[in-house]
Amino acid sequence: MQRSNFIHFAGCKALAVCGLLCVWSALAGAADLQVPATVVAGQAFSISAEGSGQATLYLLGPDHAAKRTVNLGGDLQISSSDVHAAGRYQIILCGSPCTSATFEVQAAQPAHLSFFLHPSRVPVSTHDSIDATAFVFDQYFNLDLSSSAVDFRVTPASGAGFSRQVPTRHGVATIRMDSTQHEGPVHVTAVLGKVEEARVVQQVAAEACGLRMKALPGANNTVTVETEPVRDCSGNSLPDGTVVSFTEVDKAGKSTVDTPIKKGIARAQLSVHGRAQITVACGVVLGNEVALDGRL
Amino acid sequence: MKWGLAIFIAAATVILVAVAWVQSGGLKQHAMFSATTPEQAVQSLMSQIQSHNYQQAYASLDRSSDTDLASFTREMAGSDSSLRTLSSLQSADVSPLHADNDQAVVRLRMTWSSALGSLDDVRDVHVRRDGSVWRVVWPKLALPNEPPQVVSVNYLRWEVIGRNASQNWGAQDVDSPKVRITSMNAISRPGRVVILGEVENEDTVPAYLNVNATLLKADGSPIEEEGSFDLISHVLLPKQVSPYRIDFPGVRMDAVKSVRMDARALLVPASADPVIAVSDQTVTKDGLARSVLQGKLVNESGRPVNIAQVLAAYYDNSGKVIWVSDGYVDQALMPQVPVPFAVDIPDDIAARLNNYRVMVNHYSQQSSN
Repeated sequence: MQRSNFIHFAGCKALAVCGLLCVWSALAGAADLQVPATVVAGQAFSISAEGSGQATLYLLGPDHAAKRTVNLGGDLQISSSDVHAAGRYQIILCGSPCTSATFEVQAAQPAHLSFFLHPSRVPVSTHDSIDATAFVFDQYFNLDLSSSAVDFRVTPASGAGFSRQVPTRHGVATIRMDSTQHEGPVHVTAVLGKVEEARVVQQVAAEACGLRMKALPGANNTVTVETEPVRDCSGNSLPDGTVVSFTEVDKAGKSTVDTPIKKGIARAQLSVHGRAQITVACGVVLGNEVALDGRL
Repeated sequence: MKWGLAIFIAAATVILVAVAWVQSGGLKQHAMFSATTPEQAVQSLMSQIQSHNYQQAYASLDRSSDTDLASFTREMAGSDSSLRTLSSLQSADVSPLHADNDQAVVRLRMTWSSALGSLDDVRDVHVRRDGSVWRVVWPKLALPNEPPQVVSVNYLRWEVIGRNASQNWGAQDVDSPKVRITSMNAISRPGRVVILGEVENEDTVPAYLNVNATLLKADGSPIEEEGSFDLISHVLLPKQVSPYRIDFPGVRMDAVKSVRMDARALLVPASADPVIAVSDQTVTKDGLARSVLQGKLVNESGRPVNIAQVLAAYYDNSGKVIWVSDGYVDQALMPQVPVPFAVDIPDDIAARLNNYRVMVNHYSQQSSN
């Protein structure tokens, strides 16, 4: 859901007019308006304006400008919709002469968390590989620059979960975490008060480890080569679809098959002519070597 | 005057008939059926193939040819949406190897122009004397016939569901695959600088990959930027390694101070099928005494592969990639049927070659269902 912007009169023309008014009010040496130093975003407030008769009120904000005719001699109401955006505002009251004042609008209570969890996939047992960053916003999507603490709750697919409370700095809380030893989804939830945002990072198997294969003789000078279940050094199975390369060298030359793992095992059929040597690799990881003496 | 008109009409008719005869290939046909040398016979046959007159070309073959019209046409015109169906014979060079009174062997180099560049087909052709003319003996393309069967295809396929554009800033998305350039080597070749090496998809999802290189001068300013174009396997499955080669024509090595590499990967839907085995790979010399890496491709899946490209990486004694070459195969890879291939290796590379690795890019027409 995005914040609605209210632009009462358009762009450059408005800014030019307001700029002129600022210069005019400054040159006129007008008396200060009584405004609060800080205001909470989205909260209506009033200012007192002395005098009588009518005047024109200009309100200039970071993303908003308004103009209206007001009666002097009482409290002037500034509605909540005029101060949604946090930042510095200027009020200019033009009767005779013009007076101006500035005030600061600060973010309201935290109401939204924008939560970035990177990467979406991470190999297991990798140091500082998960980056969780939460941005704290109020209901009008102003970044809350006040100090608060975001609770990061981490729940791996297996093993005990943990949580870590991180204070925000300039509205941002961030932590880095190691991936755990086991593959599977890791749920990470950023919590601040009643606000929660959940993300998932998928822990995947790392490089193959201890890659081994065996050769099974077949008919018509063929041999079926098949790996043992392909796992990483933490014992996680490499996902199906991972490519395993078999290379066979015999007197007819070299034969290679790049075959994907299916149900945890990679398998291929090779033609063999006499003595042969067969090797296996997965990515940059080499496995064992099988020598065939030509008698299948 | 009356006779003059009659003679003029008769002469014009004869001329027009002669022109029509020449235009319809009569001259070529005459040459074909009256070839007085083996080279003429082969050249005439090639002319007919160039004109797509397969029937006449077949009719000119020696009777001892064990091919039939359908096989001959399929071999020359291509089939199964192979690259040959998108090619035409550009030129044919003929050189005699051996000849006696009744038989001859000539070396035929056919250059086919295709949508993917030119393809060479070199073969030694037997020619026999038949009376006063020479005729080409054309052997039937020996392709094993697999029996009709049902081949189950149950390899993985990956689909991608991306982030919904209407979601908030910070909403979760799936990351691009992680790829790594595992080796890079810059070499100088005549008239160009070549960057080559290997790249690995380290992720657990398929990647669509492009490798770009920028040559930099000593002051850090770029000389030129190029991509690997088709000298790479763009779609890499998890843990798959592809060679790449990037050519910089017209650049001299001494002008290059450093190279900036850029491997960009996108997450794409992909299939682990088909698996293509590369068997009987050997480095040898072809008929033109060029070094080639040859072997056979075997499509181990149940679905035809229409166009296949062979990519080969060559390594020296230290395991460094010293060259990457490629070659397209102009036959479709039908299931379980071995199809020969050959890719060129520069002679100086062949002399330093210690090992090599071949992988296959493939293109298959989408099935209707």
